[in-house]
Amino acid sequence: MAIPQSKPSSSKPKHKKQRRHQRVWNDKHWRWVATPDGDWRVQGYIFKHKHKPKKHHFRGPGPKPPKRAAAPAATAAPTPAPPATGDSRPAGAYQGPFGVPQANRLLHRAGFGPVPGQAEQLVSLGLTGAVYSLTRPSGAANLVGPEPTDDDGNPLAPADAWGHDGLWWLDRMVRSDQPLVERLALVFHDWFATSQDGVSKPQQMIDQSNLFRAYGLGSFLDLFKAVTVDPAMLQWLNGAENTKSAPNENYAREMMELFSLGADRGAYSEDDVREQARALTGWRYDWSEDEGAHNFRFDPKRHDEKLKTVFGQTGNWSWEDSCRLCVGNPLHPSFFVDKLWSYFAATPAPEATRNTLMQTYVSSGWQIRPVLETILLSPEFYDGPPMVKPPVVQLASMLRRIGRFVDTDSWTWLMEATGQVLFWPPNVAGWDDNRWLDTSRMRARWNVVDYVLDELSVDAWDGSYSTTETPEEALARAQAVWGYPELRDETRAELLDLARRCELTITAKWQRGPYRAMRQNALLQLIGVSPDLLLQ
Amino acid sequence: MHNCCNNYTRSQLLRAGAAEAGKGLPAIEPGMPEPAGTGLSRRRFLSRSAGLALSVYGASKIPLSAFETGIAQAAPGDKILVSVFFDGGIDAMSVLAPVGDPKYAALRPTLAAKAGDGTTFGEDSRLQWHPSAAGLATLHAEQKVSVFPAIGYDHPDQSHFTSRHYYEIGELNVGFRTGWMGRYLDIVGDEENPLQGLSMDGSLSPMIATAQKPVAAIDSVDGYDLWAAVSDPVRAEMFKSFAKFGALPADSPALAQVRRATAQTDKLRTELGGLGGFTSPVPYPDNYFGHKLAGLAAYIAAGLPIRVVTISAAGGYDTHSGQAADLSDNLKDTCDGLLAFQRDLENRGLADRVLVEVWSEFGRRPEENGSAGTDHGAAGCAFVIGSKANGQMVGEFPGLEKLDQNDNLRVTSDFRGMYCSLLEQWLGQDAGPIIPGAAGFARPTLVKA
Repeated sequence: MAIPQSKPSSSKPKHKKQRRHQRVWNDKHWRWVATPDGDWRVQGYIFKHKHKPKKHHFRGPGPKPPKRAAAPAATAAPTPAPPATGDSRPAGAYQGPFGVPQANRLLHRAGFGPVPGQAEQLVSLGLTGAVYSLTRPSGAANLVGPEPTDDDGNPLAPADAWGHDGLWWLDRMVRSDQPLVERLALVFHDWFATSQDGVSKPQQMIDQSNLFRAYGLGSFLDLFKAVTVDPAMLQWLNGAENTKSAPNENYAREMMELFSLGADRGAYSEDDVREQARALTGWRYDWSEDEGAHNFRFDPKRHDEKLKTVFGQTGNWSWEDSCRLCVGNPLHPSFFVDKLWSYFAATPAPEATRNTLMQTYVSSGWQIRPVLETILLSPEFYDGPPMVKPPVVQLASMLRRIGRFVDTDSWTWLMEATGQVLFWPPNVAGWDDNRWLDTSRMRARWNVVDYVLDELSVDAWDGSYSTTETPEEALARAQAVWGYPELRDETRAELLDLARRCELTITAKWQRGPYRAMRQNALLQLIGVSPDLLLQ
Repeated sequence: MHNCCNNYTRSQLLRAGAAEAGKGLPAIEPGMPEPAGTGLSRRRFLSRSAGLALSVYGASKIPLSAFETGIAQAAPGDKILVSVFFDGGIDAMSVLAPVGDPKYAALRPTLAAKAGDGTTFGEDSRLQWHPSAAGLATLHAEQKVSVFPAIGYDHPDQSHFTSRHYYEIGELNVGFRTGWMGRYLDIVGDEENPLQGLSMDGSLSPMIATAQKPVAAIDSVDGYDLWAAVSDPVRAEMFKSFAKFGALPADSPALAQVRRATAQTDKLRTELGGLGGFTSPVPYPDNYFGHKLAGLAAYIAAGLPIRVVTISAAGGYDTHSGQAADLSDNLKDTCDGLLAFQRDLENRGLADRVLVEVWSEFGRRPEENGSAGTDHGAAGCAFVIGSKANGQMVGEFPGLEKLDQNDNLRVTSDFRGMYCSLLEQWLGQDAGPIIPGAAGFARPTLVKA
């Protein structure tokens, strides 16, 4: 199934209207540029003011950025590098064994878990090859397996039918052969959390998720710019209601607080919020009942053309400058690295690793892929403690394990109870990864497992189930149905104990088959809700 | 969600933030009031006697076990007031369409109701009930509905957030932190009975935000069950193992979190498992709102010590476009549910104990907009429903000939007067300490003598 694309007319603004011819004041400014030896030098450049600049306004270059440790060998190639052969690992990378447990963790956190046999296949590539096979996909993603349907067997209508947008994405999580692209789309859906609640059409949410697919392994600045003027975001955070006569600070604040710099770190002031809001003015759209919000465009008449001072730098900043200034803020690399890291590891990065990641990020020109590769190769990724799977990751990984595809719209309401509905994050800060489990969410996960097992549960009363199955055979059968997930010793011991206890409940001859069948269903259910399948 | 009100979405976020007190609030737009109740502490609590998983607000010093005793000891039998909120500003001129007003058709070229489409309103023949409001029309004909055809306040604010806040706190003041029902509970309420103020929409309604006394919110009126294709005795063994999963040691925070949630889930299952459902003596419409009202009637019948309840009407009413269809469906779900609730209470012999107050933050503009919808207006409608409701209109429909300076419907009754009457005539509580400036508001007769 092709990715639904809206018509170009509504998915992105048409050409910006021609700016009126304006006089330009050329002014010499100064900025820091990186030198190959890891240091910085001052470079002069001509800044074109749209208004006559004040005589003594700030012309740069500002405080010198911290020295970088070593010159990077090369920036990340935009084209995929050939997968590494053998298992040559970069300096600083994880040096332990790369076996099925490690491959499982990689597949769960950088994707949606393995299909049976996939972990073993990844092991054969070696650590570096395995990571690069995820981070350097080539061409368009293929969706492997049957097309998704609703309960009646009809194709999904993601742009029209309630809940089908989320099913459409769930299907991509289950079937895409580029799982990291989908996982990053989920990461950035959370990072730039936009909800359908404030967006007029599901297609605009789908379009936004396609931005995450397109930019997720590229430049963060490009992504940031694309999101800033994305129709869904322009509606969600009032970007299109921000005009020079009536500035709206909503996006200006969140772009710094949540998207690029972080609150309470001294990265920006309330004045910066107001000035950024002015820089971002000018976007608008039309509204009609049939089309909802459409015809998103930049209207120079609504843009504030006066000088703005952001982070101490003055100019006639535009929305693009607004993004660039955030990314250029000295506190952005640490924000970016910490936030990206937090999606892939349970504990903060050690100082040395964090510094390496920041250097990688800055020296590559804000590229996401090299930072991510460093994270996925790091010792902490493999040696660190487990994380709780987000609900949608758990669902997709269960479907992949048992070879089931999206064939019901029940997931929509079932997932609501788990606390994660795709395209409906709870607020602009996204989902809270520390609060996935409580009595209400845990019950919902239990019930999701019951639904996942729908067709795999055995019928206790049709007389067909074995009357002689041993406890060991029962557990082996249940593990096979789940695709042989790794189980902790204590989980396995308890399940085996359950299998034995169940036999003790058989007191009459007629119970031998039915109770064994129910035992099988109990084992299947408990594997699904065990910590082994809830953690990644 | 329709266009225009992105601030509205924002305000919902703020409310969600307030409901999860302690998580920190999203930034507030300049001039926006913070919802009442912001900053109250919230704790989860399971009441075995009530069979409910509650979010309890306030009173953080009292141990949760005390609430259990409090609920058991609180005397039932008090009068109950239920608030039903049309979220988003319902179009009063659709609920009661002024088909007899000469200006009506011109102001509503595409939305106007036709004379004869619905029941004529018995107290003012210019007005006609929306067909979807047939449930209200039925109860009105039985003299069980007091209608406010143009309720509001002077200098109406057209922000959802601000105007709703005024109604919630019972005062035109953005700084208030307690709701008008919350202040009532602070005077008459129990120190240990959170059920006395109950929000049925999952999070705390600012209306019942108190300064001291505990109040509660529930997510669901249903019990707490775990599904599996397994029955006893194997089922019992299965849950023993599930409980064991929760009791095993953990060597990482994430595993500890899973173990904890597993143990608590199993505990809750054993405590609530048997309380699964309730039955209703009358049929309810098959929607979420009706289901919640059915649950509420069952709780009242079970003797739960409830005094005030807040619940949102079915759907949303911020109908900036495509109003006709949206409004019709949601209004029907709500009014059918309200009729069933009244019949349920009558059937159970509880109808003399319960009054329902239905309100919205404002009405909508008389002149429709360019997208077959209506924008924010001023005067709106409210209803007081129940066997003990006086059943007489309060304030007249002001007509469309003369509108206010913003071309909105003029106000003919003040919501604070309605609150004063409900407090004094129904709940038996002097409004003076609860509604600022209470002495200055006329008290309409809302309760049958």
